[in-house]
Amino acid sequence: MNIPYTSTARPDTGLYNAKLGIWLFLASEVMLFGALFSTYILLRVNAVSWPHGYEILNVPLATLNTVVLISSSVTMVMAWASLMMKKFDKYKMYMGLTILLALVFLVVKYFEYSAKFEHHLYPSTNTFLAIYFTVTALHGLHIVGGVIVNAYLWGPGSKMWKTDPQRFTNRVEIAGLYWHFVDLVWIFLFPVLYLL
Amino acid sequence: MDTAHADDVKKTVRTYILVFVALMGLTVITVAISYLHLSVAAAITVALIVATVKASLVAMYFMHLVSERKAIYWTLALTAFFFILLMFLPIFSDQDSTRIFH
Repeated sequence: MNIPYTSTARPDTGLYNAKLGIWLFLASEVMLFGALFSTYILLRVNAVSWPHGYEILNVPLATLNTVVLISSSVTMVMAWASLMMKKFDKYKMYMGLTILLALVFLVVKYFEYSAKFEHHLYPSTNTFLAIYFTVTALHGLHIVGGVIVNAYLWGPGSKMWKTDPQRFTNRVEIAGLYWHFVDLVWIFLFPVLYLL
Repeated sequence: MDTAHADDVKKTVRTYILVFVALMGLTVITVAISYLHLSVAAAITVALIVATVKASLVAMYFMHLVSERKAIYWTLALTAFFFILLMFLPIFSDQDSTRIFH
């Protein structure tokens, strides 16, 4: 089966189909996270008292994770740029680094969660923690999804480079757009949950 | 970016590094400011402005929106409209808040 416009642009949109597809998906993701943000504002402005995130959560660990995630965004875009420059070895290195950094993020998150549980802080403890766990867990799931896709594109999926390099480059670009979005969400989650 | 040449990509790599440095710098600023413990209104304003600048850098350069096609701009304009509407919901509902929450 031949799927049209996977490597060349459609004349009417000026885009290959997957790119329009991922942006429509990311638009729906904006609404998903937007609804949660809106709920958070609603609950917070109407609450009698509200804890400061830095009193309950671990700011140094979250700062570390912010640095890790931003770095992984850079290695992701470098992976794509390497393919554009026809340097497959460099692609492998940058994509590998991206996956590694994503795993570091998840490990740090694991330690953060277990520290909360050890102190008997659960989603059911209070509204603030309910929001914290809901939003960060949803974000964490997005990281897991990204790792799976990126690992495929690093491993078995990279065979496509030999048969259809343009299509493979586009696939990496699409995975990148998703990954940058996950980074972008964290850029808002970090100050809103941890610092305010 | 379908028609981009290797030379163009080399130039953008330099941009990616600059954006990376800017994002790191802004992260340090965000954390540093939070230790000042400003009033809630000021803290939220500063934090959201810095986060928006960071997010714009990611979207513009890493997601290369600076050189994207119109179809995507229209999609995002529509999303932005509904997103803003969503953020105004708490304000609309605020008038009823006494009834709901007390």
